[in-house]
Amino acid sequence: MTTQKPLVQINDLHLYFDSFDGQSHVLDGVNLTVNRGDILGIVGETGSGKTMTALSIANLMPGGKLTGEVWFDGENVLQKRGADLRRFRASRLGMIFQNPTTNLNPVFTIGELLIDAILTQQYDVAGWQLMSVGKWLNRGLRKQAREKAIELLNLVGIPDPAQRLSQYPHEFSGGQKQRVLIAMALAGDPDLLIADEPTTALDVAIQAQILRLIQRIVEEREMSALLITHDMGVVAKICTRVAVMYGGVVVEDAPIEAIFSNPQHPYTRGLLRAIPSDEMQHGDLQGIPGSPPSFLSPPSGCRFHPRCPERLEHCHIAPPAVVHINDESHSVACYLHTDEKRKSFARD
Amino acid sequence: MVNYILRRLILIVVVLFGLSILTFVITRIIPADPVRLAAGPRASDEQVEALRVQYGYDKPLIEQYINYITDVLQGDLGSSVVLRREVGPDLQRFFPATLELVIASLLIAVAVGIPLGLISAVFREQWPDHLARLLSLGGVSLPSFWLAIILQLLIAFSVSWIPITGRYPRIATPPDTITGMYVIDSIFALDFDALRTTLTYLLLPAICLSFGALAVVARTVRADTLEVLNTDYIRTARAIGVPEIVIVLKYALKNASLNTLTQVGLFFGFTLTGSVLVESVFSWPGIGTYAVTAALNKDFVPLMGVTLLIGFAVVVINLLTDLLYGVLNPRIRYES
Repeated sequence: MTTQKPLVQINDLHLYFDSFDGQSHVLDGVNLTVNRGDILGIVGETGSGKTMTALSIANLMPGGKLTGEVWFDGENVLQKRGADLRRFRASRLGMIFQNPTTNLNPVFTIGELLIDAILTQQYDVAGWQLMSVGKWLNRGLRKQAREKAIELLNLVGIPDPAQRLSQYPHEFSGGQKQRVLIAMALAGDPDLLIADEPTTALDVAIQAQILRLIQRIVEEREMSALLITHDMGVVAKICTRVAVMYGGVVVEDAPIEAIFSNPQHPYTRGLLRAIPSDEMQHGDLQGIPGSPPSFLSPPSGCRFHPRCPERLEHCHIAPPAVVHINDESHSVACYLHTDEKRKSFARD
Repeated sequence: MVNYILRRLILIVVVLFGLSILTFVITRIIPADPVRLAAGPRASDEQVEALRVQYGYDKPLIEQYINYITDVLQGDLGSSVVLRREVGPDLQRFFPATLELVIASLLIAVAVGIPLGLISAVFREQWPDHLARLLSLGGVSLPSFWLAIILQLLIAFSVSWIPITGRYPRIATPPDTITGMYVIDSIFALDFDALRTTLTYLLLPAICLSFGALAVVARTVRADTLEVLNTDYIRTARAIGVPEIVIVLKYALKNASLNTLTQVGLFFGFTLTGSVLVESVFSWPGIGTYAVTAALNKDFVPLMGVTLLIGFAVVVINLLTDLLYGVLNPRIRYES
């Protein structure tokens, strides 16, 4: 544990969307910390708010009303606008997303995309100089950027990088596209790599390679990372901390060992039971009954209570407070652990 | 690639054959007698019959067609009964004027339509978008000949240096004919006075003719840009800090321009036929005016010539569009 200030600190983040059916409350008070050197995994089912939390760090929300604070190395990201925000994204953050095929512009070569990324992120070149006429004015710089692009492709493990720069995305395999996207994200030497389900769309054999690549890069470059996934197996492979999200809130946040050896929230336990393992017999695998809550009319109190196997009588009344278990590094939001309340209700 | 072009060229020949048969049959089965019309109201039956034999209208339909198509294949498009002139040289004289008008109007459509569509998309649901969409809605709904007359009225009363009819001043000689398109000819001749004159004459008809295509280009670019701006790869570009100007003018525009290109290719044909009305209003001496005159005289040979020429131009432009599409879109490669 370092005593340094955390790299990212998210405080009480709420996100609302107005829709025809009413207001949906997608994030309901998210608190999250990414320490330097951490690979923080955010896990949860589809629709638990993982992606929205990650996008808010880049202030890249697709609309909606956002309240709360996102502190990145002492700066409030949500107050950044225009060029300031763009420079922040370019120099501090790298993001990769789920489907590498739809995340690469199909009508440009890998080289063009990568060089644009390097020029904007490393050299902060003005936009018009990336377009046809402007390109001629910057040939020296472009040559440098090309060298850097080859270097980056080497780093992410693409063979023959110089030749491949002139190829289009559809000439690359899925895993290679994700490697290229990682290279683009790394172009500005970011402090934080945000990976939103980076392996979900890939073959199982490729998934492990990409995860190892992310892990290696984060360690070598002394970065931090935020890895979003719904796969506990992925978390176990590379994360140092885990935040479990459900229905727009973080329900448990703990170091990786504690999550697997000493899970505290019933939802976390449910997720762990849903991991297949070698010793399992046919029929042993358990899911969590029910489906994720609707954002339009979320359950009252703890949002997990309708599906919770260990539900208490008062779980539906108010959302539980966050309590720390053992030491400061493990926190959980569940009435099973708010001792005073438990006692008081027990007395009644 | 070569194979692909070869196959397309064979297809073009087939299409043109079909077109020639169709127009030939239509002109021969409608109840009108071009020979009698050409002979004049006072001609006797014998005179009319003599003329009919002279032009070959007395032979069976099949034989007439075979004669016609053999001549066409040898580059002879036949003669007009009414004008008593060969069709080929007439088309050679009038087609460049139409082509110049159509190219100018498509250039206007693209040069104005693409920025208009982009502005609409970037300022979606704000006033620039509403204004641009109102303009393009007007463009598709207003008939070009009505617009032409209104523009003539407005210009005639306000701007004196813009001529409202014709192609070149009657008292002046146009630049030496090389391509027949005055703009290009005057540039070749380095005659910039002639170029200016030509452009002022071209301005009004080209604007009128451009409106339909312009509206569609603007609407397509708007829709495509909105779609592209919502894609994952644009989000990725934003996430890594690519400036918004590059995202719109480079990343989104290239994707959106693919459909626009197809549309301009299609609109070449529409504009070519649409030029008939605009040419009539502006007394533009192109094949539109020529075709209208021939049609009013029930003079079929020139009409068939015009139809074949327009058909030929359209299929050639379509082929060029498809080839250019392959250049712009790397995912398409024409293989055998």
